Amino acid sequence: MRLELRESPPIWLAGMAPILAVGAALVLCAGLIAWTGESVLEAYALLVKGAVGSRFALAETLTRATPLILTGLAAAVAFRAKLWNIGGEGQLYMGALAATWLGTGALDLPAFLLIPVLLIAGALAGGAVLVVPALIKNKLRVDEVVTTLLLNFIILLFVNYLLEGPLKDPMSLGWPQAAPIIDEGLLPKILEKSRLHLGLIIALLAALAIWLVMRFTVWGFEIKAVGLNARGAAFSGINVNGTIIRTALISGGLAGIAGVGEVIGLKGYLTLDLSPGFGYTGIAVAMLAQLHPIGVVVSAFFLAGIYVGADSMGRAVNIPTYLADVLVASSVLCVLVSVMLVRFRIRRG
Amino acid sequence: MSAVLRLENITKRFGSLVANDSVSLSLARGEVLALLGENGAGKTTLMNILFGHYVADEGHVEVEGEALPPGAPHAAIAAGIGMVHQHFTLADNLTVLDNVVLGTESLWRPWQSRAAARSRLDAMSSEYGLTVDPDARVGDLSVGERQRVEILKALYRDARILIMDEPTAVLTPQETEGLFDTLRRLVERGLSIIFISHKLNEILAICDRVMVLRRGKIVHEMPTEGADRHILAEAMVGHAVTRPKADPMAPGDAVLSIRDVSLRSATGGVGLNAVNLQVRAHEVLGIAGVSGNGQVQLAELISGLSRPDEGSLTLFGETLTHPTPAKVVKLGVGRIPEDRHAEGVIGEMSIWENMISEDLRASPISRHGLIDHSAAKARTEAQIERFDVRCPGPDAETRLLSGGNMQKLILARALSREPGLVLANQPARGLDEGAIAYVHGQLLAARERGAGVLLITEDLEELLALSDRVAVIYHGRVSATMDAKTVSPRELGLMMAGHNPQTGPQGPDNAGAAA
Amino acid sequence: MDILEILLTTGFWAATLRIATPLIFGTLGELICERAGVLNLGIEGIMTMGAMAGWMWVYQGGDLWGGVAFAAFIGMMFGLLHSGFTVYLGLSQHVTGIGITLLASSLSYFVFRMLLPDATTPPKIEPFQPYAIPLLSDLPVIGPSVFTQTPMTYLALICVAVIWYGLNRTPVGLAVRMAGENPLAVEAQGIDVLAVRTGAVMVGSALMSVGGAFLTMSAFDAFYFGMVNGRGWICVALVIFASWRPGKALLGALLFAGIDALQVRVQQVSGGAAIPYQFFLMAPYVLSILAMVVMARRAAYPKALLAPFRRGDRA
Repeated sequence: MRLELRESPPIWLAGMAPILAVGAALVLCAGLIAWTGESVLEAYALLVKGAVGSRFALAETLTRATPLILTGLAAAVAFRAKLWNIGGEGQLYMGALAATWLGTGALDLPAFLLIPVLLIAGALAGGAVLVVPALIKNKLRVDEVVTTLLLNFIILLFVNYLLEGPLKDPMSLGWPQAAPIIDEGLLPKILEKSRLHLGLIIALLAALAIWLVMRFTVWGFEIKAVGLNARGAAFSGINVNGTIIRTALISGGLAGIAGVGEVIGLKGYLTLDLSPGFGYTGIAVAMLAQLHPIGVVVSAFFLAGIYVGADSMGRAVNIPTYLADVLVASSVLCVLVSVMLVRFRIRRG
Repeated sequence: MSAVLRLENITKRFGSLVANDSVSLSLARGEVLALLGENGAGKTTLMNILFGHYVADEGHVEVEGEALPPGAPHAAIAAGIGMVHQHFTLADNLTVLDNVVLGTESLWRPWQSRAAARSRLDAMSSEYGLTVDPDARVGDLSVGERQRVEILKALYRDARILIMDEPTAVLTPQETEGLFDTLRRLVERGLSIIFISHKLNEILAICDRVMVLRRGKIVHEMPTEGADRHILAEAMVGHAVTRPKADPMAPGDAVLSIRDVSLRSATGGVGLNAVNLQVRAHEVLGIAGVSGNGQVQLAELISGLSRPDEGSLTLFGETLTHPTPAKVVKLGVGRIPEDRHAEGVIGEMSIWENMISEDLRASPISRHGLIDHSAAKARTEAQIERFDVRCPGPDAETRLLSGGNMQKLILARALSREPGLVLANQPARGLDEGAIAYVHGQLLAARERGAGVLLITEDLEELLALSDRVAVIYHGRVSATMDAKTVSPRELGLMMAGHNPQTGPQGPDNAGAAA
Repeated sequence: MDILEILLTTGFWAATLRIATPLIFGTLGELICERAGVLNLGIEGIMTMGAMAGWMWVYQGGDLWGGVAFAAFIGMMFGLLHSGFTVYLGLSQHVTGIGITLLASSLSYFVFRMLLPDATTPPKIEPFQPYAIPLLSDLPVIGPSVFTQTPMTYLALICVAVIWYGLNRTPVGLAVRMAGENPLAVEAQGIDVLAVRTGAVMVGSALMSVGGAFLTMSAFDAFYFGMVNGRGWICVALVIFASWRPGKALLGALLFAGIDALQVRVQQVSGGAAIPYQFFLMAPYVLSILAMVVMARRAAYPKALLAPFRRGDRA
């Protein structure tokens, strides 16, 4: 068996790849559902209903999609440059931390100033933590996958310390949580009787901005070139190390904004369970979208739907909600294969 | 004469390209058969099918009358076929012995018989005059020594048929003679050899019979005794191609001066050691050398990819302390890199993106960080026209271009801005005769226009055809320059192996060349 | 209390070896994969899977060694999946590895919840007990520490020697090393590169999985969510620290575990007054990053690491 590069992969096939992959993942997970003894069709129907079956469900799904769009973009931009940023989770918490630090009374500004300041501060904090592994990668060739992963654990412990120590809200009755964000710092809700907040609009604008950057700017060109062939990019005069650092700032910044959004849009204060792994799921979002910024929006919505739907399905029938994680993970693996099959054809010999 | 090997009607396609089109050949015991053809004619593909790296779409292979199962190198080895690959298949970090014994013992045996293997290898080395230290790390060996390891690998497996894929491309003329002695000795012992090359004189020197492959087909076959060079050359190329020759010209001012430059190699190999050289306008300075002697580092220095630890680099009178590729390009250096795929282009980006990649931050291609797509494509279309790049259009993926067209794209990018200095590193490597003539013509046109050309090549024929002056790089040192019209390939060969024409042998591995 | 005093207690050395055991398994496993040219970032998930599978085997009535074997088998299956993607299809080893980790850990949690839907407190099994090696365990200090460990720790130490021998002194070990240096050289000698790499990844993944099983079957007696807690990633760092050598991997794991054991004791002694406990818990992760940074300049990666090998690729 041999794989041969297709000279011109059919366009329709390229577009179908993620859909086929998700289909395959659904079939695989159907096996797991069958094992639990529940009806597969009923389970999936419950899942879809739980995700988009009502105004409330839809609002929940969109609320969940908001941080996923941002962490998905963070992964997509970084992966384009082959900067393997697996530290979205830590960067998200750094952003949340920055928002907490400045938004709980340290700055007394009107809302139209305070909110942008918090977003920028969060982006800088998120970017800053990714710049460290990026610098180590540039200077010492240390694989950034492991450093960014390990930083997640370090940052989470650091947040834990702050929430039990200096940042602990004295009014929290012993819970490890920070003081609430002042009213001027909170994002307005955009849908009555739901948790959906302005963060969604911010995330969508971010996706649009990243799409424009990647398509029309010198920076986008450089990010793509470095990712596809760093040696070739360096030869043609692109500053590869500089591009990596710039990518790190953008990527970490996006994840940081995700953290700010969760604090000032959804929860109102920082806790240790702010993110149920949005940073990691962002990687899956980006992979399913094949790193395309607009695709990220679609796949973030899709994965959010799976999580929200699985929660509600888990309450109705006896299927562990971890099914959502399995479904997401197998979709990622399936999309890898399907993209592969679009680019190559299998030949004997 | 009974055939030890027979290939029948071998056809192999890669996508729309037919690499081998119903090729048949047979090889007699003790015969040296030349497979002559240009780059891209399908010689290596054919041999890779024979050795089992590829599976043919049609046809079959017989060894000593027995059918050889397709796609199985182990079956080919068992049948007595040994292949010396053009790009050596050795692991640099392991020893010679490790490289040789791999695969000779059952993988599941819980121990290795190192002592027995070592004595067998020693015996073979002395029998065939292929001396190497079994415990040396392959990465520390010279190119010639590595080739000996490759031959020993095949002999160790009792090869009766030896395929030599472009074996002389990396050798000095003297090493080539040494190789021919070895091959003659092997033939005396009854081995049969397939010798792949595109160099006519070598084929005439060592082979009994020659088959010419062109565009995947056997187009000609004759005994080498009394063979006519012109017929072979024309059969190989298909039509008469003459490579352009340089007309004499008076050189102008220095465009590039390198003074006492030393630098350590980033990868730990040979660096540059007190290098001095100067390239003037209207001249081609050719640098000869066996690969791995500092050519990469020299090219990187001039490309702006590294900076000298000591000494100075001066371009057009400006001394650069912190050269970068962007600065070097801006000053007026056109660069043709050694490896088209790894450095020259970004294969998965479009042709227009590669065409403008050196001008990315300059008007009119971009303004305020925004790329002007229409300006970029317009320029690309003009270049495609001017440099005759055969492609579907500016939006096509660059990796789909043939080697010659990819090189034309790189030439277009490097030469269209009329650079004052052209760095051409192995500019014709892997190209067919038509493309080679085109590349040479462009380099000479640049010289005519007033550029200085620094040509780094391992091909002495190319070197002597294009250069006004030549120098030899060996172990990171560049020799004094010599007049290209008076120097002989033999002299250059000696210097490439580390012999100094004035003071006699020097350098650590001159023993290798003498063997 | 003095650090020196801690270093002299048997408890410290016993703890060091216990903490080191999963790291030894994991690091050896990763090392074998990387020696063959395949980065296996599925390690974190495979360790989680091993922890769950081995434990579940015993909980369902199987015996302890059967549980170890089952964990190894499951690990192998994930290794096969990883090599199917990275070796046969040549997909990105980074992305596939992350995908395998996501899949293996979520599947572990799913299966655990599936089989034990109602457990509010994690149920327990009867784990491996320390076994005092006759005579050797009577030695002072090292007797009760080094020679009074659970059998899985001894197994880990035996693995170090076996893998060192296997890699450096056997034909198959040579093939594995060569596959990580130059796969073309392996193919040219008539050996199937893809099979060699797949075999190495499967064996390596089995070891990772056994490392995970140690946590639930020897160090503790129950399966907790998130219990692997980054140990897999630490192993990846340790491989670099160990320069891809089994002996140095053992040394690295011990050094690492020693510092971890030490921080716990220092923390107990200092009573948490001076330095918050979170900073002690950070130590292994910070140390891993430091280890990679310090060793970076000397790191001699297997040359073909991360590079897929496709048969018949046109050179």
